[in-house]
Parts: sequence; C-alpha cells; structure tokens
Amino acid sequence: MTVLQRLFSFNGGVKPAYNKEASTGLPIAMAPMPAQLVIPLHQSIGGTPRPLVAAGEYVLKGQRIGGADGDVSSAVHASTSGTVVAVEMRLMPHTSGLSARCVVIQPDGREEWIPRQPFDYRGATPEQTRDYLRDAGVVGLGGAVFPSYLKINPGKSGKLDTLVLNGAECEPFITCDDVLMRERAASILKGALIMREMLGAARVLIGIEDNKPQAIAAMEAAARAANEEAGHPAMQVVAVPTRYPAGGAKQLIRVLTGIEVPHGKRSTDYGVQCFNVATAYAIYEAIALGQPLISRIVTVAGNVARARNYEVLFGTPMRDLVDLCDPRPDSDRVIMGGPMMGLLMPADSVPVVKAANCVLVGSPKLFPAPPPEMPCIRCGECAKACPADLQPFELYWFSRARIFGKAQEYHLFDCIECGCCAYVCPSHIPLVDYYRFAKSEIWARETQKEAADVARERYEFRLLREERDKQEKAAKLAARTVAARATAAAALAAAEKPVITAADVAKKALITAALERARAQKAGVRQENTGNLTPGQQAEIAAIEARRAEIREMAKPHLRQDD
Amino acid sequence: MTSYLFIVLGAVLVNNVVFVRILGLCPFMGVSKKLETAAGMGAATTFVLTLGCGASFVIDRWLLMPNQLEYLRTLSFIVTIAAIVQLTELVIQKTSPLLHQVLGIYLPLITTNCAVLGIPLLNVSLRHNFLESLLFGFGSAVGFTLALILFAGIRERLEAADVPIHFRGTAIAMITAGLMSLAFMGFAGLDKYK
Amino acid sequence: MLAAILVMALGAVLLGAALGYAAARFRVEGDPLVEKIDAILPQTQCGQCGFAGCKPYARAIAKGEAEINQCPPGGDEGIHKLADLLGRDFKSLSAEHGIEKPKSVAIIDEQACIGCTLCIQACPVDAIVGAAKQMHTVIARQCTGCELCLPPCPVNCISMQPIAESAETWKWKYPAYRINPAPREAA
Repeated sequence: MTVLQRLFSFNGGVKPAYNKEASTGLPIAMAPMPAQLVIPLHQSIGGTPRPLVAAGEYVLKGQRIGGADGDVSSAVHASTSGTVVAVEMRLMPHTSGLSARCVVIQPDGREEWIPRQPFDYRGATPEQTRDYLRDAGVVGLGGAVFPSYLKINPGKSGKLDTLVLNGAECEPFITCDDVLMRERAASILKGALIMREMLGAARVLIGIEDNKPQAIAAMEAAARAANEEAGHPAMQVVAVPTRYPAGGAKQLIRVLTGIEVPHGKRSTDYGVQCFNVATAYAIYEAIALGQPLISRIVTVAGNVARARNYEVLFGTPMRDLVDLCDPRPDSDRVIMGGPMMGLLMPADSVPVVKAANCVLVGSPKLFPAPPPEMPCIRCGECAKACPADLQPFELYWFSRARIFGKAQEYHLFDCIECGCCAYVCPSHIPLVDYYRFAKSEIWARETQKEAADVARERYEFRLLREERDKQEKAAKLAARTVAARATAAAALAAAEKPVITAADVAKKALITAALERARAQKAGVRQENTGNLTPGQQAEIAAIEARRAEIREMAKPHLRQDD
Repeated sequence: MTSYLFIVLGAVLVNNVVFVRILGLCPFMGVSKKLETAAGMGAATTFVLTLGCGASFVIDRWLLMPNQLEYLRTLSFIVTIAAIVQLTELVIQKTSPLLHQVLGIYLPLITTNCAVLGIPLLNVSLRHNFLESLLFGFGSAVGFTLALILFAGIRERLEAADVPIHFRGTAIAMITAGLMSLAFMGFAGLDKYK
Repeated sequence: MLAAILVMALGAVLLGAALGYAAARFRVEGDPLVEKIDAILPQTQCGQCGFAGCKPYARAIAKGEAEINQCPPGGDEGIHKLADLLGRDFKSLSAEHGIEKPKSVAIIDEQACIGCTLCIQACPVDAIVGAAKQMHTVIARQCTGCELCLPPCPVNCISMQPIAESAETWKWKYPAYRINPAPREAA
C-alpha cells in the first residue's frame, strides 16, 4: 500500500542522540491510581476554565469539573470518580514555580463512569461537533495543547486538500506516540477518518520518522484495512527521514507536501491541517466512545532503570510515575517534555497534565550543566540549523540588547523554540532562553499597551462626561433662574399693585401721555408696505402684533426689575 | 560628459565630504543614531546643498563679480543658505512633523554646517560653471548622505553589541568614524583605472 | 560701498519676501506629535508629572515646555522611548516627580469604607464603583494604580497593593549564567 511518495525537505535541523529504545521495550501499562489527583484547571492554551465543582462534591469519572471559558478554551474533566477535597491553588507543572487553581480529588477506587454515549457527528452540525469536542476537553497532545475544536475547521474555502497526521515524534527520549501507533493504530485511524470527514480533506498523510519501523508497519496495516473498508485509498503512511525537528507542524507539512507556510499565514490557507496522532486517538475516544480526555500516554525516561510508557490519568503526581520506573539515586530533576524543548519542573510533586508527553528524569551526569556562555563568534551555524529559516544570531543580539522591535522585525515570533540553534552553538549560548525572554517581554508590553489604551479611553470618556454634566447643569441652572425670576416678578407686581401713591399716579399719567403722543405720531406715518393687503395678510399681521404685545407684556417685569 | 560624471563620482566617493574633506561632522555625529533620521537628514541636506550651490553661483557670477564685490562672498552665501534652510524647515515641518521634531536643532544647524558653506566656496575656487556647480553640490550631498546612512547602520548595530562601558556612545562612534574614514581613503586614485 | 549696501539690501528684501510667503503657505495646524507622545505615556493619569493627565503632559513635551523624565509610572523605559522618538538624550527619572514603583492596584477595605463617594470622584478612569452610603469597590482590571483615590479618603481605607505574579503575567527571566563555586580540591 505504500505508494511512492515524493518527499520534500525543510532546511536546517539537527540529529541529536535519540535514546528512544529504552522505553519502547515494554507495552503501554496503566499507571496505578494515586492517593490523590490534583487536576489543574488551566491545561490548554487560552482562557482558564471556570470550576464547576466545589469541595465536598462527589464526581464521576469523566465528569466535567472545569467549563471552557472564552473563545479559546477547553473543558477539564475528573479523571476518576471520587470526592472533591478542595479547589485551591497548587503548584503547577511549569518552570515558573507558580501556583494555579486545581481541583483535588480523593478517588473512591470504584472508577464509576458518567454515562457514555457515542456522539453522532454525522447528524450534528459542525458547530455542534466542535462544541462537543470543546466540552470533551480534546486538545493537541503533541505538546502545544491548542484546543482541537478550533483546528477542526476547514477555513474559508470550506474544504481541505490534505490532513496530516503527525507521528514523527522527533524529540529524543519520547516514545509515547510510537507505542500508541504500535498498539492502537486502528483507533487512531478511526479518529483520523472522523477528522477527515469534518474537514472535507481529500487525503490523509501520516508522517512517521523512519526510526520507528514497528509503528510504520502497524500504521500501514491499519491504513490498508481502513482503505479497503472505505474502498478508497485515502490513507497513506509516509516514512520521513529522521531529523529533529521533523515533528514540528510546519516542518512536517513541508516535508510531506512541499508547502512552506509563510509568516502570518495558516496552513489551512493552503489546504492543509496537521494533528498529532494522539489527538486523533483522543478524538476517536471522545466521538466514538463518548469518553472525554482524562488520560494520556506518558513516556517516563531518562535517568531511570526501567523506562516505559504509561497511560496516566491527568492529575497523577509525576513523582508516582517516576517511582514506578526505579529512578537512579543521582536523579536531581524532572523535566516535562524532551531534552530539547522540555520545561524544568519546580518539583516532582506536580501533576501530569495534557501537555505532558514525557516525564524525563535528569541527573547531572545525564544532562551536565552547560559550559559557560562565550561571546558569539558570528559563525552562522545557528542560521544553518534553524528549521524556521530565521537568523538566530540576529534574534539573539537584539533580544540580548533588549531591542525588541528589531527582534520582531526579524520574525522572533516565527521561532518555534526547537533549540536547534542552541544545540549547534559552539559558544554554548542558551539562545532559546533569550528568545523566550524576549517573547515574554514583548507580550508583557503588549498587555501593558492594551491596558493603557483602555485607560486612555476611559479617561477621555470621563472628561467628556464631566464636560457634558457641566453643560447640562449650566443649562438647567439658566432655565431655573428664568423661571424663578418670572415668579418673583409676578409676586412683586402683585404685592406692589395696591400701594399706589399720588406721585406714582402723576408719573404714570406722564408716561401714558408720552406713549399716547408717540402712538399718534406713528399712526400719522403710514407704513408703505401695509397698504392694499388682503384680509388674510391683515389677519396674519394682527396675529403677529398680538403675539408681540404678549411678549412685551411678558418682558415688562424684567424691564422693571432691571431698573 | 565624462568630466561631469567624474565630478559627481569624485564628490561622492573619492573626496567624500565627511570622510575625506572632514566637513559637516556636527550633523554626522548628531543625527546618525537611527537609519530613518539619517536618511531624512541626508535628503534635507541634499536639497539645501544643491539649491545652495546653484543660488550661490548665480549670486557670485552675476551679482558680486560684476560689481567687484567678491569680499562679500562669504556673507552673501551665508545669507542665501540660511534662507534656503529656513524654507526647507518650513516645508519639512508641514510635510513630516516627526522628521522635523527628530532633526530638531540639526535642521536649522544646516545653516552653519561647514559642508553647506564649504562646497559653494569650493565651487568658486575650482572655477566650476553653473552645471558643474550644481553637480558638485549634488554629488557632495549624496556623499554626505551615503556617509550618514552607512554610519547610522553601523551605529544601530553597535546598540546591540558588547561595547566596553567606557567606549559606549560617542566614543565608539568616533572610532568607527575614523575606521570608515580610512576605508574611504581607499577610493583615492580611482580615476587611475579608467 | 553703495553698491555693496544695495546688493545686500536687495538680497535681504528678496529672501525675506520669499520666506514670508513660505511661512504663510506652509503653515502647520495641529500637532500629530502629541498623539505619538501620548501613545508612549502609560495612561495612569496620575498627574505626578505636574500636568492634569497624560495628554496635557504629552502636549507640554511636544511644545518643549516639559522634560521627558517626569513620568514615574513610565519609568526609565518610557523615558528611553520618548528620547528615541524625539531625538533627545536620555535623562534618568527626575526625583521631584516621584520614583518608579511596581505596578499596583488600589484595594478598598470594605469593612472600613463609609460610602462617601470621594474616591469615586477622584478616580480618573472611573474604576471605582459604589454609591453614597454604599460600600465602594475597585475594578482591579481597570485600576491604573495612580493613587489619586488615596488622599481624598476620609477614613484611610484604601491601600495600594502590588500586582502579584500569575501564570499569565509570568515572564522568562533574562538568561544569566549561574556561577557555581568550584569544587574544593583535595589538598
């Protein structure tokens, strides 16, 4: 069934010692139930799910304990049945050593499931299926933990050309995808078929590094069976050359299809979407079996006597896993992930989460401290090794000198932090640390800027509001003064009327006489334009005159008051 | 025709106004921190210098020389250039306020930029005709811009470099300028290869 | 002599006329620079710079009436950015305008609050909610940490609390090579 597939290549990459054999000897084993499960609510990229349970509540295996919050977020579930002991801050599996909100569950040992129903994705709308997957907590299990429901979206065109299943697993020591493909190939492909249908993809390419012959054989057999069943050769297993980081999404897409996804574009713009094989398996479990994501395969390797892959419930302390594998006495650290991209854990008590593909036990002998950082000699090895086609030395200088704008100009954010540059650097410069530093500084500045913009808007609105209030108040005050004057004048006039002295009478007589004279004079001078008018016009004039008189009457108290 | 080309090339490279004639160092050190500002300053200087050379030629040939007023040359050149600079400043302030703000004091200082007065005076002593004067002015200004942009590019890199603390800022800039000057000396004798 | 005076006078009159015309022709209205400066300022609206908000300070800088080192919340980094934008030299923060503090938010001790609304009136970004004789509270996300609500409070129930580091705000540190003491050699 293996069709001769033309392979492409990505630039750069390195070939570190793989150290994979130690953990592939034994089949996947179920890790024993720990005394307590500590399940962090924040396990995927995006918003932290809101807790749905409180201390003291009884939860079933697979019950949702954290609901997705926001557009990018994914639900979290109880890994087993038991009682919620606490919802509190616990040390999280991250280098920072900070705490995050976790649900602590005391297992009751009965493993009582919630009712499990297969999801009819053919009968549901794509939105309903995506919502279902979000609530089933399915995220990318390759390590990036990006919510999968967002990726199962064919994009603008509505149809994809290729679905890429990523089984490359290029990072040293890690074998969880390898053993998963060996043992559960058929289920992975069922998951892939579901995704293919939802994405409308024409073909499925399964890329596996050629250092995993058993996984390739298993997947090929399963693909043959699936293709025969479907009567259509859609599935194709492709062995890709072993070179780190062939398992990077962009790198694998490039190797399999020759498409180089440019800066600022998505692979779906080019008709390709990429999923990890473990994610395909999780989707199969969620849709065909109705089981949310509550466990994953974790490789335990490194400085242990019996490295092995375990199926681990989320929330299991890493220490329990390490103890299963007989760690050697000089072990001094636990790394989540592989030696190239993994994160150093603050303690071995942190729980296994969705991102934990590997629990790597380290020792000073296995991972000796790097030699002192020497000055950059501008040899350009890092640029040759960079699989993202960046110029790592430029990024390094600008990150180091904190010239972040320039670092961004050199596309710092296209860096996948694979560590190839630091691996080849003859001066032992921890390049990735510099990039991580620069990236988090830039993010912090962006959040600061957003906060400043909000503050500016609110401040300007406040100024506007104050101005408006002032004007409204002034207008109201003016209206009130007018009204008050009118009433005061009326009162004054009423009060004055009865008291009329002789002098007043004389004065009034004088005024009346003067007015009389003026009127006589006015009458004498006939206005030119008021001759030969129609009765209608005259009536209009009379009405206007009447109004004028009225206004004059109204104005009188003011005139009086003013003098 | 070739002689015109040589006037321009000579002014740009061989007798670069900054690196070889060592004229106009004040803006050269002052506004070479950023590439954009350097380019802006270069453009402004090119405009002023070309126009200044033309205007001073006209004044010299048709106003001063017929009236035997050569002793007023420096005075009248400075007045003319000052007016042209003022004009440029007004135009820049209108068209690019940011460049105006960034060039800041250096824009009016083009007036006293020795390159801007020096080139018209050189024009006179070299007995250039009108076209030659314009080309010489333009070429020198392009040389100035080239020097400024090259230098600004290097200084932007120096920002990210490990410079010993006592050499940071102007000190390392001076050293760099000296090295670049040496490099430009290499253009001497370019005309031998025609 | 007369000729010289005439020539210079003629030149002066001509150039003066040309410049006068240009000044009228290229008159500048408004100042887009203010917006650019304002974008750099942290928008705490705290008034520590001596102006009634970030915008007035930006206007003063643009006019050259204020120094660029009067904004404590912006810190050295803000001054660097202003210096870059304006082509001026960096100056360290002027002490009379305050010192750079870690970013904080105001917290109202709700037990002690008497509901006087004075802080609500003082908040430049309307980040305090409450009503007369009702308890007030700060919307932490909108609080800029300007401290303007502290002085009006008659019962001193508002305090500034530095923002704790969380998973969202945690930053990778600047890589520094750890120097370990050399193992002591056996004598």
